[in-house]
Amino acid sequence: MADNPNAKPRHSGADGDPQKSESSFLSDLFAPVAGFGVTFSTMFRKVATEEYPEQKRPTQLRYHGRHQLNRHPDGLEKCVGCELCAWACPADAIYVEGADNDDESGQRYSPGERYGRVYQINYLRCIFCALCIEACPTRALTMTNEYELADNNRADLIFTKDQLLAPIQSGMLPAPHPMVEGMEERDYYQGKVTGPTPDQEKWVREHSSDEESAE
Amino acid sequence: MGIEEKLPAGFLLSTVENVAGYMRKYSVWPATFGLACCAIEMMAVGTPDYDIARFGMERFSATPRQADLMIVAGRVSQKMAPVVRQVYDQMPEPKWVISMGVCASSGGMFNNYAIVQGVDHIIPVDIYLPGCPPRPQMLLNAILELHDQIQNTKLGVNRQEAARAAEAAALKATPTHAMKGLLA
Repeated sequence: MADNPNAKPRHSGADGDPQKSESSFLSDLFAPVAGFGVTFSTMFRKVATEEYPEQKRPTQLRYHGRHQLNRHPDGLEKCVGCELCAWACPADAIYVEGADNDDESGQRYSPGERYGRVYQINYLRCIFCALCIEACPTRALTMTNEYELADNNRADLIFTKDQLLAPIQSGMLPAPHPMVEGMEERDYYQGKVTGPTPDQEKWVREHSSDEESAE
Repeated sequence: MGIEEKLPAGFLLSTVENVAGYMRKYSVWPATFGLACCAIEMMAVGTPDYDIARFGMERFSATPRQADLMIVAGRVSQKMAPVVRQVYDQMPEPKWVISMGVCASSGGMFNNYAIVQGVDHIIPVDIYLPGCPPRPQMLLNAILELHDQIQNTKLGVNRQEAARAAEAAALKATPTHAMKGLLA
């Protein structure tokens, strides 16, 4: 500031007073509205807001959303009721109860020995860390990109197995039915089963009619 | 609450209910109330990217006396519990509560002596929102759910009837300690 008195007269002397008075006239004129320039120009810019309920921005492909219990191509469940997901869960959100598959009584839900009879995830405990997905030995448990889970009571946010199971794809048979004949558990994981066989379809037809007639 | 509570039932009241619900749901002001990491996502909802003002929440009220909605964002410690209750008590009727995130809803992964296992132990909660933390869209979704609730709020005689019906249903329901089975 000390050498400014020397510099300023030189500057004004070189450029001249008329220009200075003109710019000050314009700046005086627009000074009260100058700040609105930003606002005004913003009116012509693209809106950055995501119009959420109408147009949802897609999540990342591997977003950790609601869980899903997958099925084999013939409709048998992949979950073997091993409870490793429940053990891995840091928030104790998962409850699993296994049971034995039983071919004699027609209670076969998964290939192999055991299946998850009870499967519950408490979404008011779950922190979507996906440690359960890492723990799952059969890739039965994966995550979807669905995130709209808000509800008005706590009980409804405990999801049970029927809510978590993947929907039946075309060609799949709903769960209690025998394995593909001549195949063992290992073959399911090696991708040798590509869909239900006629024998399985026949079995399901017979037993569903049994249930209907029993009811 | 006000004069709308004194109205007789019938056509007039149902119309007033609709109008009042419509007015109320688009003029909800949330209280500025963040407790932990969920508050960061709650602040994100206020940014132009998500723009909570689209839902009538023009600003986060800095005083509970001007707020209608309490978004409990974050874990509630035992020490914070009386404060949460006091802030809730200071809000004028009608008021609503969103329990944002798993910690506020049930204690989440903090199942220990320091954290209140669900803010509904202290204040009545209208919407539970899972997630750790919930993404901004999830909070907007919870707000839309709350709008539905507000729109369908009963007034006056209908409100009393609804409260009586809810009480009767609650008395008839099996108490949690007597529940046998998977959800016990």
